[in-house]
Amino acid sequence: MSNVTAESTTAAGSQTAVRVTAESRLARLLDQGHFVVTAELGPPRSVDPSVLDTKIEYLKGVADAVNITDNQTAIVRISSIGTATYLMSRGMEPIVQMTCRDRNRLAIQADLLGASLNGVKNLLCLTGDHQSFGNHPEAKQVYDIDSLQLIYMVRQMRDNGIFQCGEEIRNSKKANVLPPRFFIGGAANPFAEPLEWRVFRLEKKINAGIDFVQTQCIYDMDVFSRWMEMVVKRGLHKRVKILAGVTPIRSLGMLRYMKESVAGVTVPDSLLGRIADAEVAREEGLKFCAEQIRQFQKMEGIAGVHIMAIEWEKAVRGIVEAAGLLPRPD
Amino acid sequence: MIVAEQKPIKDIVAMIPEASSLLVVGCDTCVTVCMAGGIKEVNALTSVLRMARKDIARIEGTSVERQCDREFLEELEESVQAADAVLSMACGAGVQMLSDYFEGKIVLPALNTLFMGSNEEAGYWMERCLGCGDCVLDLTGGICPRTRCSKGLMNGPCGGSEGGKCEVDPENLECGWNLIYNRLKALNRLDSMMEIRPPQNWSTSHDGGPRRLIREDVKL
Repeated sequence: MSNVTAESTTAAGSQTAVRVTAESRLARLLDQGHFVVTAELGPPRSVDPSVLDTKIEYLKGVADAVNITDNQTAIVRISSIGTATYLMSRGMEPIVQMTCRDRNRLAIQADLLGASLNGVKNLLCLTGDHQSFGNHPEAKQVYDIDSLQLIYMVRQMRDNGIFQCGEEIRNSKKANVLPPRFFIGGAANPFAEPLEWRVFRLEKKINAGIDFVQTQCIYDMDVFSRWMEMVVKRGLHKRVKILAGVTPIRSLGMLRYMKESVAGVTVPDSLLGRIADAEVAREEGLKFCAEQIRQFQKMEGIAGVHIMAIEWEKAVRGIVEAAGLLPRPD
Repeated sequence: MIVAEQKPIKDIVAMIPEASSLLVVGCDTCVTVCMAGGIKEVNALTSVLRMARKDIARIEGTSVERQCDREFLEELEESVQAADAVLSMACGAGVQMLSDYFEGKIVLPALNTLFMGSNEEAGYWMERCLGCGDCVLDLTGGICPRTRCSKGLMNGPCGGSEGGKCEVDPENLECGWNLIYNRLKALNRLDSMMEIRPPQNWSTSHDGGPRRLIREDVKL
């Protein structure tokens, strides 16, 4: 049982006990032992819903829950919570991504109350890409709190029914404590430096309160396997559900870009060679992705896969099918 | 020290109003050390302005020990009163002090004040302190995460650290947390990296008007 489906009460001293039970389908599937599939959906850049509708169709019945990015790469898009609400009205379960770049602790907590009110059950807590990468490089960054502090704050809200300031989450002294109840996630990057610190950073996030973790996209299976060995050795896989991240390769150029220009992504030369030699790079990329997922299913400690098909949500169904993971459980 | 740099000449030329005399005032402290507003720079700027603003009959230059200190401004009384406008080559604190002291005079800034920092090598200065009012250097091996990390993170490096560099500028910018990690490792204090640092109390930072320090023990 993960901590989330377990029942707990509010902080000692509180008059009103509250059952903290996140009704997350993702949490339930993980608890049931299913190898889960999550996918990333980047919200569009205007209020035209057609792009979103198309992406939703691609992922429906394919992903158990869908990550909605939060102004990813610091480019303004429909908000994560707004998009998530739209997704739920279409019968899908979102994972709201929340970064620390654009909001202070007041705004984050207010948005989390709003997300919860609208039915959001899953939250991924992130630092956020630096504003210099996006389309408003002159914006003032916030970083009032960092991702570790965000995780801890959300956990305190859920399990102890208190805001970051320590006040109880209720409308009056007589009212029930009713905090937002999230299945709490974080990110892990096994490839960033210092490499030796990365397992400890995951452990620190677990200590702060995450229930699940999604990794940075994996191309180097050797480095990832070594990282997982350390994770298992420290027993971390028993304290957190680990979803391995993949990003399907669309072209040789894209893979080269990931290798050369994206910090914290490692691409082995053997994979570059394989894609370069392929008749159709994109097909080889999809094949590699499905192979990875089949390997993850055999690796100790991995509870699922997170597919980040950047602006290529169309590819997800084929990958999941080739990995033998369709149909998805209810 | 406080590090500053001169504004573009065209901006300085444009901000000076119509006048028959202008006084350029440098400062002998921080901005002299960072070569932005000492007497040398005052003389250079004065020469340039004499060429660029021939409409101003008299442009003189001088400097004082510390523009942010009232006691050093008294000596300027005569020369300031003789000028229509004053161009300060001090940091923002100096400009404001000069403007307060000589109320009624137009005081203009010739510099952009950048940060509190250090001189790393010839021609290279770097920010070292935000002045957040809540120093954590005892916990981070003497390297400030709020200043040195591009996101001011408090709990270790984000995923954008590669080869010891920060993804924000991988050519030139070191990852602050990579530096901290290596320093703590060398000091055999890596354990402290695992402690979850709580959210900062930003009320000691610049978040509510000018910060003030009052010390009864040194009051007269």
